[in-house]
Amino acid sequence: MSAFADEVRAIAERYPDPRSATLPALRLAQERHGWLPPEALREVANALDLTPAYCKAVASFYDMYHLAPVGKHLVEVCTNLSCALVGAQRVVEAFESELGVAPGETTTDGEVTFRTVECLGGCGYATVVAVDHRYRQDVTPADVAGIVEELRG
Amino acid sequence: MAELQVLLAGTDDHDLTKLDEYLAVGGYAGVGKARAMTPEELIDELQRATLRGRGGAGFPMGRKASLIDRSSPKPKYLVVNADESEPGAFKDREVMARVPHRLIEGCLISAHAIEAHEVFIFIRGEYLSEYEILQAAVDEARAAGLFGDVDILVHRGAGAYICGEETALLDALEGRRGQPRPRPPFPPVQGLYDAPTQINNVSTIATVPAIMEMGAEAFAKTGTESSPGSAIFSISGNIARPGNYELELGTPMRELIYDLAGGVPDGRELKAVIPGGSSVPALAPDEIDVPLDYDSLQKIGTFFGAASLIVVDDRCCIVQLALRSAKFYQHESCGKCTPCREGTRWMVQILERIEAGDAELSHIELLESIGSRILGRSLCALGDFAVYPTHSYITKWRNEFVAHIEQGGCPYGGASSLEGIVAPLDQHTHSPMAEVPA
Ligand SMILES: Cc1cc2nc3c(=O)[nH]c(=O)nc-3n(C[C@H](O)[C@H](O)[C@H](O)COP(=O)(O)O)c2cc1C
Ligand code: SF4
Ligand code: FES
Repeated sequence: MSAFADEVRAIAERYPDPRSATLPALRLAQERHGWLPPEALREVANALDLTPAYCKAVASFYDMYHLAPVGKHLVEVCTNLSCALVGAQRVVEAFESELGVAPGETTTDGEVTFRTVECLGGCGYATVVAVDHRYRQDVTPADVAGIVEELRG
Repeated sequence: MAELQVLLAGTDDHDLTKLDEYLAVGGYAGVGKARAMTPEELIDELQRATLRGRGGAGFPMGRKASLIDRSSPKPKYLVVNADESEPGAFKDREVMARVPHRLIEGCLISAHAIEAHEVFIFIRGEYLSEYEILQAAVDEARAAGLFGDVDILVHRGAGAYICGEETALLDALEGRRGQPRPRPPFPPVQGLYDAPTQINNVSTIATVPAIMEMGAEAFAKTGTESSPGSAIFSISGNIARPGNYELELGTPMRELIYDLAGGVPDGRELKAVIPGGSSVPALAPDEIDVPLDYDSLQKIGTFFGAASLIVVDDRCCIVQLALRSAKFYQHESCGKCTPCREGTRWMVQILERIEAGDAELSHIELLESIGSRILGRSLCALGDFAVYPTHSYITKWRNEFVAHIEQGGCPYGGASSLEGIVAPLDQHTHSPMAEVPA
């Protein structure tokens, strides 16, 4: 058995029903592959004795799983009400011009995927931008060039 | 009436993410007190405190515990709802990041009441830093031997608002698509893995240690008679000092908005307050003289919801607000039942036409009629959540809807604060949608 399967089974043992490890296993697989290609879904399915189709059905329900390739970095701008009211759209536009891609797209060098997301639970510190899952708060258009530069290294 | 520190008590001068500091302020004393009682006695104590659920519906936590089928041969489970995805809400996040041990202490006490040996905390996947802090606190408390015969497992979600709905949460926790279950059976009888399950919000459970410390009688005397205790109110949007404020229940809304949070900045006028997160009916400026508690808000036609106020100033076009909000509900509808799945799409389509000025007056009635066919006819409350705010915008700001139609476009002429706002829904490519009936 693969090290991945061992790791997934160790997670599954902590639950009364091993199926509960589906979400954690998909996350783990995505961390290894960068996204969830068919091969990753098969690995999860094998480790948990489920079918790849089941795993895909589950993964496709949740916004944090990627069923298509994404960039090395992920930039997510909240455009829900509280952020929108204080100018999230201008932050979106700053990322668009800095990265040269529209929301939902990846830069041609494959470095950065940029998308808008629903409320991240940081509404009082708007605009909230999650950069590789770490929140940047009170982001203004003036901060955007710096964030992109950080990512491009 | 104002600040009553229960959830955030001690955070001003202690780092309560650390076990030794939490112990130094009397932390975990409630667990010993609770375990000295029988489960019946403890449930009785919790019921006398009348702690109402902070996750939305306001159901008394102790009464919920009394509904657990303790005669069942199956294990009993306690599940903590840390999915916090309601637009406008960021309070549970602060509890987990600043006082994780208070939540853990609440879990241990509540588990004793329902004789549960396993506790699951379901935290939204996006809360990565909060997960790390909470997991470290769980590990520290377990290593210190505080758990006894109880264990706590922190389970991360993966991005879906609907997983905050308690039965969808259970399905997600079971490794499925997070879609709500038909009820009955209700979770206290048949919940997680078909076993009796108590589900409560983070702030509800994190308030339980205070009941042990103060005693139910003293706790019940705080706040208002029907809504004792405190709540952390999140306030955001067009407000001078946004953030979290823990206040005694019954504190006047005006005091929070103007005295504590500094009112509407930039010399603008207040236009609307959505008082419970984006899913509740909005209030007009002349409706904000209301105490912040469950019954008072319900009396004026809205809800306590997630104790999260979104403040909107006069730069905002209300049709754009309704549209952006409707896109959220369409995006988050799980698709399991028809009124919500189809109705939320239709609402977005009609609102888009009104905003573009490509609509007739009858479209306003069509929008209301679609809403009334979703209300109370969906499998879970998400369908209702899409309709409550929309109906309030139409009722209270009808003139703006009419103006769009009569002027053939947005009367703000591109100057609205929400002009052009892109939603995640706009990034998706959908299979051809059902058209709105003419
Ligand atoms: C669409 C939807 C989303 C919800 N989201 C949350 C949430 O993020 N957190 C929460 O505690 N309750 C949420 N609820 C309410 C829960 O279903 C449930 O009532 C609550 O967790 C019970 O806890 P309480 O009694 O302590 O409030 C949501 C309900 C619905 C219908
Ligand atoms: S009301 Fe909406 S979210 Fe709830 S079950 Fe029906 S389709 Fe799913
Ligand atoms: S609205 Fe942007 S974080 Fe909540």
